[in-house]
Amino acid sequence: MSRKRTMTIGTAALAGTAVLALSLSACGKADMTKQTSPFAAAKGSKSVTLSVQTWVGAQSNVAVAKYLLEHELGYHVDTVQVDEIPAWDALSQGRVDAILEDWGHPDQEKRYVKDKKTITAGGGNGVTGHIGWFVPKYWADKHPEVADWKNLNKFAKQLRTSESGNKGQLMDGSPSYVTNDKALVKNLKLNYEVVFAGSEAAQITQIQQFAKEKKPFLTYWYEPQWLFNQVPMKEVKLPKYTDACAAKGAKDPKSIDCAYPTTPLQKFFNTEFAKKGGSAAAFLKNFKWTKDDQNEVSEGIASKGLTADEAAKQWVDKHPDVWKKWLPKK
Amino acid sequence: MSTVSAPPAARRGLGADAPKAGPVQALLQRRGLAKLLLLAVAAAVLVPLLAAKYGAAWPHSLTVDVSGPLGKTSDWIIDNRDSHWLFVYFLGHLSNAVVISVRAVYLLLLALGWTGVTAGVTLLAWRVAGPRIAATALISFLVSGLLGMWVPTMQTLALMIVAVVFSVVVGALLGLAGGLSERLFRILRPVLDTMQVLPAFAYLLPVVLVFGIGVPAALLATVIYAAPPMARLTALGLRGADPGVLEAVSSLGATGRQRLLTARLPLARKELLLGVNQTIMMALSMVVIASMIGAAGLGDRVYQALASVDVGAALAAAVPIVLLAIVMDRTTAAAGERLGAGTSATGPEWLRGWRVWAGAAVLTALFAGLGRLTGSLVWPDAWAVDIAHPVNHFKEWMVDHLYSGVPVIGGTADWAAHFTNWVLNPMRDGLTALPWYGTLLIVAALAWLIGTWRTALTAVLAMAAIGVLGVWKPSMNTLSQVLAALVVTLVLGFAIGILAAGSKRLEAILRPVLDVMQTMPQFVYLIPVVALFAVGRAPAVAAAVVYALPAVIRITTQGLRQVDPAAVESARSLGATRWQMLRQVQLPLARPALLLAVNQGVVLVLAVVIIGGLVGGGALGYDVVTGLATGDLGLGLVAGVAIVCLGLMLDRVTQPTERRMTGKGA
Repeated sequence: MSRKRTMTIGTAALAGTAVLALSLSACGKADMTKQTSPFAAAKGSKSVTLSVQTWVGAQSNVAVAKYLLEHELGYHVDTVQVDEIPAWDALSQGRVDAILEDWGHPDQEKRYVKDKKTITAGGGNGVTGHIGWFVPKYWADKHPEVADWKNLNKFAKQLRTSESGNKGQLMDGSPSYVTNDKALVKNLKLNYEVVFAGSEAAQITQIQQFAKEKKPFLTYWYEPQWLFNQVPMKEVKLPKYTDACAAKGAKDPKSIDCAYPTTPLQKFFNTEFAKKGGSAAAFLKNFKWTKDDQNEVSEGIASKGLTADEAAKQWVDKHPDVWKKWLPKK
Repeated sequence: MSTVSAPPAARRGLGADAPKAGPVQALLQRRGLAKLLLLAVAAAVLVPLLAAKYGAAWPHSLTVDVSGPLGKTSDWIIDNRDSHWLFVYFLGHLSNAVVISVRAVYLLLLALGWTGVTAGVTLLAWRVAGPRIAATALISFLVSGLLGMWVPTMQTLALMIVAVVFSVVVGALLGLAGGLSERLFRILRPVLDTMQVLPAFAYLLPVVLVFGIGVPAALLATVIYAAPPMARLTALGLRGADPGVLEAVSSLGATGRQRLLTARLPLARKELLLGVNQTIMMALSMVVIASMIGAAGLGDRVYQALASVDVGAALAAAVPIVLLAIVMDRTTAAAGERLGAGTSATGPEWLRGWRVWAGAAVLTALFAGLGRLTGSLVWPDAWAVDIAHPVNHFKEWMVDHLYSGVPVIGGTADWAAHFTNWVLNPMRDGLTALPWYGTLLIVAALAWLIGTWRTALTAVLAMAAIGVLGVWKPSMNTLSQVLAALVVTLVLGFAIGILAAGSKRLEAILRPVLDVMQTMPQFVYLIPVVALFAVGRAPAVAAAVVYALPAVIRITTQGLRQVDPAAVESARSLGATRWQMLRQVQLPLARPALLLAVNQGVVLVLAVVIIGGLVGGGALGYDVVTGLATGDLGLGLVAGVAIVCLGLMLDRVTQPTERRMTGKGA
């Protein structure tokens, strides 16, 4: 019986604690948009929370920023992995202090930066992003004409898979990425079926598998991306990107019939953090590098099997001239 | 989940059944025939009308577009989250309480240090469940440390402890209400039934929208998922109390409260502990899924590893999850068994009672102190072992050798292509081409045959809701994947289950394998599955089969084992061969268990087909994932609701009447 009693007491005590916790916080307002994580470091220590997106380029930014913040400026850095659009929400609530690489989300920018002013734009991170359609180099070398969208229909037969049926397969990745591919296939009258891999991990695995067998494929992909070092790919030329076409697409996304724009990748900060973040905020505002820098770190993480921290350390040891400029002047 | 929460279906002895079998079966058949005839008449009248008015595809005029209002709701929540009273005075406090409790538990665990936590858990397991399970617990915590996962393991443990306590309290209160009041029970039952078929993915989005990314959202999603079994089993336990005993207690003049505390609750303790066990397992199965909305801890490590296509790192984080699950399951199950057996603590006098607990506490404190003396509160980094690289090499090797070009049987990629072309495509096209009223009729017929007219009505309404929401076509695609995965699962599961029932040794070998399969987060095998079967619906189906197989094997084995030994013996004495015995005695007698296996299989397969959206499964799963990734409530919630409807329909179509009756009678 005593065991049971102890258990009952234990449960009662825990339940009591919960009730107490609830009532302790129950006097007055509780703004849950201003809460920290229960796993955050103890108060008093300087700490920054960065959002890591799923792709490796973004991980590289965060790895280097984290390494420098911890070793040069004495901060504790937490990272949170969140999808792109939820990350905006988390940034606005202050659950995250900074996003270091954003590929352009005009709706969110309008809502949080212009209207609510809870997020502050932080300038570019120095890298330019580009989305496009790519084919493997080994295939493009054999058939150079495949690198133009006008010839794609001739190759549709070679790109059939069991998912695309009797059409060619155009592989798309994570649902969170910006894509017009369905509209493009329809408007350019291509005999292709867009197959969604559903996640970047699945897409990369599939590309690596194709490359191992030297099979042809056509995929939605983007630069900068470390996979290019492993699987060299060639971009397929789509109809030229124009402002008129973009304006048309903004009105009706189904009408887009031109290539993707090139996007200078942006940083965004929580407004409060930007104002009161001290040297960490100043450092992150200065953070700016190049595509080659980013790729160097990315490749270390993704194909050399280093941890993000090791890869960051390697880069930091090699390029003091780049990052010394980021440190806030004392 | 390691055990199935439904009460075991009533067993029937051969002796009692045999003489009645003829007329009863004939009657059943006739009743079934009558139902079918009635439906056929209804169909003959309705189908031409509907076909003439609406056509074969789900009519546009019968759909309701909810994306507009949902989008507005979503905007309203975002704009008012930091000002409206509902958030500031209620949900905000809820969220605060969660953060404070998790932090308190986390800090306590950190303060105990790795020595203290390991010693404490081992002693607890030893006390409650005996030395063998204590050894398992000890090894599990040391392995988590060795894998370099100590801190994430503690974060997950803190989250789990709080989530389980919240779930048990909420579940027990609901169960108490349902157990004591007939009316409340009637209201609660359908809700709990629905919760049981609700895949966790479906409600991540609304929870995130309200609470934002982070621990509170993750914890509440876990509680919503884990509380229903507790509520269900508490209610069942209270209602199942022996009326004779209750009568005796009231005749002694006990008040209602005394009766509850001294008779009904103690009588239901076995169900209560089973409920706690179920709740723990459900909560642990949420660890990785909850990391998609910011749960941190082990799940987050798995999720991050997935993003960089690193199976080894994902496995290193998944192993502690599996170990935690096994330790908690065994400990609570053993506690339940001991209580059920009615024996109080074993061992000599001095080992019983509060002294042992005090001793355990002192030892834990001692170890915690020792840990502090050695310097490090968290597991020393130098003792960590890297398993990521060897695992990745092994995966590469496996994929290289199995993917294609294997002589005679072809590679896995070829199988996947054939499976897609010959099974999935025809099924999808068939279901999509089938006129909607045809589908509804088939569903009605199946549900009515297996249940009552109410079952049929629920199933048909669920299907109709899918049409009304305007997602008929993707739902048929998802349905085809579910059915294909179910067939594969059942064929494999029944075969292995029958073999395991015949051999104790095989069952003993299978047990740890099944444990691992059931608790391994699905995210870990998504990458190998894609590497083997190529992006598409085939890997989604494969993942679903891996997940649902253990439950089906277990229930089949148990069902066959529980067949009355007298029946088997008499069949053997009549000279039946093993095959005859299996086919004519064991399988028919185990029919309720097999039906239960089908039902569980359906629910589990459906839960994973969503995750299949991450590997190219498309359809509803992809929509839910997209909704979550882009914060699109209109897309994600509608797809989530459609999945729930599919689940309800499949549950009703496969849920044997026996189970419902035991539920009701109990």
